[in-house]
Amino acid sequence: MSKQHVNAVVVGAGAGGGVVAKELSLGGLSVVLLERGDWVSYDAHDHDELLSQRTTVLGNATGPDDVRYRRVVVNDDGSSDIVFPSEWAYNNVAACVGSGTVTYGAMAWRFMSEDFRMKTTYGHVEGSTMEDWPVTYDDLESCYEKAEWEIGVAGDASSNPFASPRKKPYPMPPFAYNKEASMLESAMKRRGLHPFPIPMLRNSVPYNGRPACVRRRTCCGFACPLDAKCGTQNTVIPAALSTGNCELRTNCLASELVIDGSGKITGVAYFDGDNTKHIQSADLVVIAASATESPRLLLNSRSKHFPAGVGNRHDWVGRNLQGHAYTGAFGLFDEDLFDDVGPGATIAISDFSHHNPGIIGGGILANEFTRMPYLFTGVRPPGSPTWGRAHKEFQRTYFRRNAQVVGPIQEMPVFDSRVQVDPTVMDFWGIPVARLSGHRHPKDAEGCEFLSRKAEMILKEAGAFHTWRHLPGLGLSGGQHQAGTCRMGNDPQTSVTDRYGRVHDTPNVFIADASLHVTNGGFNPALTIMALGYWVGGHISNEWQKGNRFT
Amino acid sequence: MKHTSKLSRREFMKRAALGAGTLTLIGGCATPDRSGRKFLSDDEASLMEAIAEQIIPADEWPGGRDAGVVAFVDKQLAGPYRRFQEDYRKGLAAITDSCLKQYRKKFEVLSLEQQTAVLKDLESGNYEDGVWGSGFSRRFFEMLRNHSLQGYYGSPRHGGNKKYVSYRMIGLDYPPVIGQNRYRS
Repeated sequence: MSKQHVNAVVVGAGAGGGVVAKELSLGGLSVVLLERGDWVSYDAHDHDELLSQRTTVLGNATGPDDVRYRRVVVNDDGSSDIVFPSEWAYNNVAACVGSGTVTYGAMAWRFMSEDFRMKTTYGHVEGSTMEDWPVTYDDLESCYEKAEWEIGVAGDASSNPFASPRKKPYPMPPFAYNKEASMLESAMKRRGLHPFPIPMLRNSVPYNGRPACVRRRTCCGFACPLDAKCGTQNTVIPAALSTGNCELRTNCLASELVIDGSGKITGVAYFDGDNTKHIQSADLVVIAASATESPRLLLNSRSKHFPAGVGNRHDWVGRNLQGHAYTGAFGLFDEDLFDDVGPGATIAISDFSHHNPGIIGGGILANEFTRMPYLFTGVRPPGSPTWGRAHKEFQRTYFRRNAQVVGPIQEMPVFDSRVQVDPTVMDFWGIPVARLSGHRHPKDAEGCEFLSRKAEMILKEAGAFHTWRHLPGLGLSGGQHQAGTCRMGNDPQTSVTDRYGRVHDTPNVFIADASLHVTNGGFNPALTIMALGYWVGGHISNEWQKGNRFT
Repeated sequence: MKHTSKLSRREFMKRAALGAGTLTLIGGCATPDRSGRKFLSDDEASLMEAIAEQIIPADEWPGGRDAGVVAFVDKQLAGPYRRFQEDYRKGLAAITDSCLKQYRKKFEVLSLEQQTAVLKDLESGNYEDGVWGSGFSRRFFEMLRNHSLQGYYGSPRHGGNKKYVSYRMIGLDYPPVIGQNRYRS
């Protein structure tokens, strides 16, 4: 079935796609926004850890489901497994209106100037495709600002001396520290570090017609029952819809781009909630389906003009899959530190984000989100019993008497870490699934070793009587911070899009999600994805006003 | 697309039946029965109960048995954990077999120390005969351990954590609204 022609189809109503839909529809383009999931609310999971985005063992309350979705993960020995969304190896991102911005911990980091110029700052890294971005921090500064004001960030702009310069403060005051963070603040200061309240995409005061946060423990990993967490679902997407130019179609899964006989992209094919296939024709297509699903969509779009998939002439689509190597330390304390002030994570330092001797990049360190009872069963000093009487006693004694300091290490992109489409395994709709393979760069381990020692030092200074470090392995990366698989660049031979997210060789196809990231910063990436949404969407809208139809 | 969606869906369901498992009952378990269970037989349930009590033993707080871990596991095996049905049927039977061979007794009636020893053997992959080969022993133990902990520490609405026992044990207010502590029994 064919639908009435529109100016633009946006695939994916998450951090990037939601912003793009708003920018385009405000710019006067007619837009169809396709989202594979539905609107979700707190009722989908209630207070239930096992269904939340943090654990998911019994399924993802915010999607995708285990019945229709699957992926293939390639193991170190070359064998492969089919994995389901509720399994950790799937690298799930929420499938709902707002996507990860519904369930995220909502840290609102700007990357630093250095994060966009990694090669210039640190030089070539053997075995890595680390490169400078074709855009700079200064290019994106106003986009970050828009994200902070339109979507809503609470923070203290003056408190992080390492942050790159900004023009405007945050629209809302910062959140107060919880008990754990207050303790860590003194320890960090005694060590000469520069702690500050984490900027958060949550309302610290009533903002944008929605109430202030009441600081529940079930925040990170959960939809907010008060709508006090700011995502694209309660800000830019409603703004897009209210223009009258944007139609949101939920439960609609894009299967491939439609390519005509001359090699022009004319729209998107998708399955609706009744599994009926439709074609939505459009002047241009913006793909913002995540760093796994965006390359999958390009690779599943083939014709004689694009035998290896759209944008894949030089075999860069799906390459450089990266995430964050999370590292840090745990500490046990005599005193009760659990004040149940959610979402827990409130304090951070950026002292180790860059210019660490012998380390390429680095990462922030922050206190961890509120511990969840089942997740905490996996938090034990090395060598401790993992079940039985002592395991239970530990849970009882230390659930309220522990502190955790963790952070994301900026990973070195690896060309062979990648998303492909599987030759045999299909999803419910008969579309070839994503096939994930690869490994981290050995340098990431050095970064983790360095940063975790800093975390441990802070916990010791805070008075922990026992500490241990957490170091991730060098296996496949991705996770909810997945990025890099359709990188932007100035050279079409070593990138997938230009500096505005336009796919090389196709004048009317754009990417607007973390797939564009050349490198992924040492920060949670949500605000950067939103900023790229403003960057790409703003560019398209401006060009459209000037009469450019991207033909 | 090469495939029409109809054909692909049929193929998909075939794969799902092979891979993910379906509600089809494996083996000769008559369910649902008077116990209200959906998957585990009486014998399997009493074995699972003893295992759960080993994973989370009773001390001044109830253990896995009284917290309803078996109800949790049974409910999930008929739901999101359908894909583990075959492993449970095979693994629980093999635990009984191994105990009969080694002690001439079923797991449930062994001394607590003997039970611990059996589970430690499973955990370290010391059982290699029969179905235990190629890593199944470790994998099945990991499953029993994780699922027991989920039943004990997860939300009561899944069948375990009866009377919010684990939340009360660790001093966690529930529901998580500051100033409102309601332990429904």
